[in-house]
Amino acid sequence: MPGPLDYRLSDEQLALQKMAREFARQEISPVALKMDEEEELDPFLIKRLAEYGLQSLNTPVEYGGSGLDAVGICIVLEELAKGCASVAVTSAATALAAYPLLLAGSDEQKKRFLPPIGEGGGLASFCLTEAEAGSDAASITSTAVRYGREYVINGTKAFVSNGGSAEFYLVFASTDRSKKAKGISAFVVPRGTPGLRFGKKLRKMGIRAADTREIILEEVKVPVNNLVGREGQGFVLAMEALDLARPGVGAMSIGIAQAAFEAALNYARERRQFGKPIGDFQTIQNMLADMIMKVEAGRHLVFQAACKLEQGLPFTKEAAMAKAFASDVAMEVTTQAVQVLGGYGFIRDYPVEKYMRDAKIMQIFEGTNQIQRLVIAKQLFA
Amino acid sequence: MNIVVLIKQTFDTEAKIQLTGDGKVSDQGVNLIINPYDEFAVEEAIRIKEAKGGEVTIVSMGGDKAQEAIRQALAMGADKAVLISDPALAEVDHYVAAKVLAKALEGMEYDLILTGWVAIDDQSAQVPGRLAEILGLPQANVVTKLELEDGKAVCHREGDGAVEVLEVPLPAVITAQKGLNEPRYPSLKGIMQAKKKELKKVTLQDLGLSAEEAKAKIVGYQLPEARQAGKVVEGEPADTVRQLVEFLTKEAKVI
Ligand SMILES: Cc1cc2nc3c(=O)[nH]c(=O)nc-3n(C[C@H](O)[C@H](O)[C@H](O)COP(=O)(O)OP(=O)(O)OC[C@H]3O[C@@H](n4cnc5c(N)ncnc54)[C@H](O)[C@@H]3O)c2cc1C
Ligand SMILES: Cc1cc2nc3c(=O)[nH]c(=O)nc-3n(C[C@H](O)[C@H](O)[C@H](O)COP(=O)(O)OP(=O)(O)OC[C@H]3O[C@@H](n4cnc5c(N)ncnc54)[C@H](O)[C@@H]3O)c2cc1C
Repeated sequence: MPGPLDYRLSDEQLALQKMAREFARQEISPVALKMDEEEELDPFLIKRLAEYGLQSLNTPVEYGGSGLDAVGICIVLEELAKGCASVAVTSAATALAAYPLLLAGSDEQKKRFLPPIGEGGGLASFCLTEAEAGSDAASITSTAVRYGREYVINGTKAFVSNGGSAEFYLVFASTDRSKKAKGISAFVVPRGTPGLRFGKKLRKMGIRAADTREIILEEVKVPVNNLVGREGQGFVLAMEALDLARPGVGAMSIGIAQAAFEAALNYARERRQFGKPIGDFQTIQNMLADMIMKVEAGRHLVFQAACKLEQGLPFTKEAAMAKAFASDVAMEVTTQAVQVLGGYGFIRDYPVEKYMRDAKIMQIFEGTNQIQRLVIAKQLFA
Repeated sequence: MNIVVLIKQTFDTEAKIQLTGDGKVSDQGVNLIINPYDEFAVEEAIRIKEAKGGEVTIVSMGGDKAQEAIRQALAMGADKAVLISDPALAEVDHYVAAKVLAKALEGMEYDLILTGWVAIDDQSAQVPGRLAEILGLPQANVVTKLELEDGKAVCHREGDGAVEVLEVPLPAVITAQKGLNEPRYPSLKGIMQAKKKELKKVTLQDLGLSAEEAKAKIVGYQLPEARQAGKVVEGEPADTVRQLVEFLTKEAKVI
């Protein structure tokens, strides 16, 4: 007999949440505004993140990572994003780059590439997007040509998260342009490989501390055993990795939204106008009620997707719904939070305008929300 | 070096205390934590283990919920744990608590017993002292720095404007004060490993004890009186200063 739906987290999940929440409250939040202002992650913070295993969420324990399942990852990413979305994105982007290796990498490859981001605490980058190939990722023009025991990779990747400081770059390039998507392959390019160059760090609207930049690959040579999976398997690996990571983007969105909601609620309790706390006005009460309804609905979609993923059930539609809905909620809720704070919401000394700027990227990367709706619809008509 | 750490689960320091209908302290909706002073003890034990090897065993007395506190200590790096849980222990005094803990420690091998100097809930600071007496061990209390040399512990105790340095032979009971260290968060890996570590649950019967008669009984709880609203002194500066001084000396009697 199936029991009622169980909405409780397990003791272990509660422990993860508590740990990540404490870490975010004590170590991330105090430096979040400063990092945003300086457009730079605090290197000490990133070191601490690694020390506590918050930087290698999906890397299995045997390769020195934390080995969390999808639900655990969502729990942790939500809390990190509550502290600062740039920090959460840094961790999430590393996890995204690890997925293709986890999906199709050989044991030898995992042993070679994962420990540096596991116990080593390093970052990793997922390099799919190009200037002319965003949503239409299958149209990438980077190439990899095999010469004997090596591949030579040429191309330029746009918007690479952790671009300037990754231990390895998971690069998608075409080994056969005539086959389009089916000609794309995945490669690991370790840091320091000759011919690998970085563009300037991009100046962004939100997640300003996160390092996003162009990666230029010029006659980059990697051994054939840096090919992940088979030739031509790259596009499928990229799509599967993005599917797996999507609940996490939803979770980060909910983290930002929750933080904005809490800031607005606290402010509404304390700010007095017309002789009483603005929280006494029904207008404000309605705004806050709408905000929390959406945040909690979004959180359930995120956990639903993560649970289905863990249970081995189809989850593509659920992951797309979680990502798109939660990030739309984040945008809406953070905008409302700014409104509740009135003029102070608009000022950079208060955190809520940062939440609003940070929320926007969640609707754009890892597949825009327009693309997520196409994914959902494709499943409906399948 | 094998270390036993005694921990107690307590209310969160920010918990709002409320009484139930029958006058007991309500734990409804209250966040539970490791008693913060015990957390210093856990951290110190793990640091000693990391430096010198050995095993850290957590011992706690409490209900089923106390497992959460124990798991946190295991996630921080302790090796195994014993939870003494028995309905007959729901309302015990410090006499019984120390007696039961002493019995639970029988047969364990340890060079050091660490715990917090006081629990933030009942604030009695009695259990470690009583336990040391029963076990016939030396004790050092309210310690802010601990150095171990072969066979002995050098303990620093901070008093008003001075530090007392105390030496005790091991094994000993040493209680932690704030400042001893900065407790770590459990790492994610630690949390994931904690559930695989041994957590043995024992009852009074397992310890060969029967329900113990408490020497002291709690007869009732009272909440402090609600705080009065602040007083605002209004008027011209010269006048308000006079009013304020009068208030502070006559009514509030603080100067
Ligand atoms: C801060 C940041 C970090 C990033 N990190 C990474 C990373 O680590 N790795 C990586 O590979 N990429 C990364 N990206 C790239 C990101 O995934 C892309 O920006 C995103 O996929 C959208 O591509 P695009 O910017 O080229 O927009 P376009 O694809 O040009 O889209 C422009 C607009 O058209 C819409 N649109 C496009 N096609 C359709 C369609 N068929 N139907 C309806 N609407 C459509 C889009 O929804 C969007 O609104 C990052 C981007 C940013 C800004
Ligand atoms: C960039 C900038 C430029 C500005 N320039 C000027 C200027 O040149 N001159 C000037 O005088 N002021 C200026 N202002 C101030 C601006 O007009 C105020 O910020 C605005 O009136 C809101 O006041 P507040 O910020 O105190 O918010 P509050 O009044 O505290 O409002 C907070 C929230 O409560 C809501 N609220 C308040 N009362 C009620 C109610 N009774 N019922 C329902 N909801 C309620 C508000 O809608 C808002 O969402 C400026 C502000 C900014 C940010």
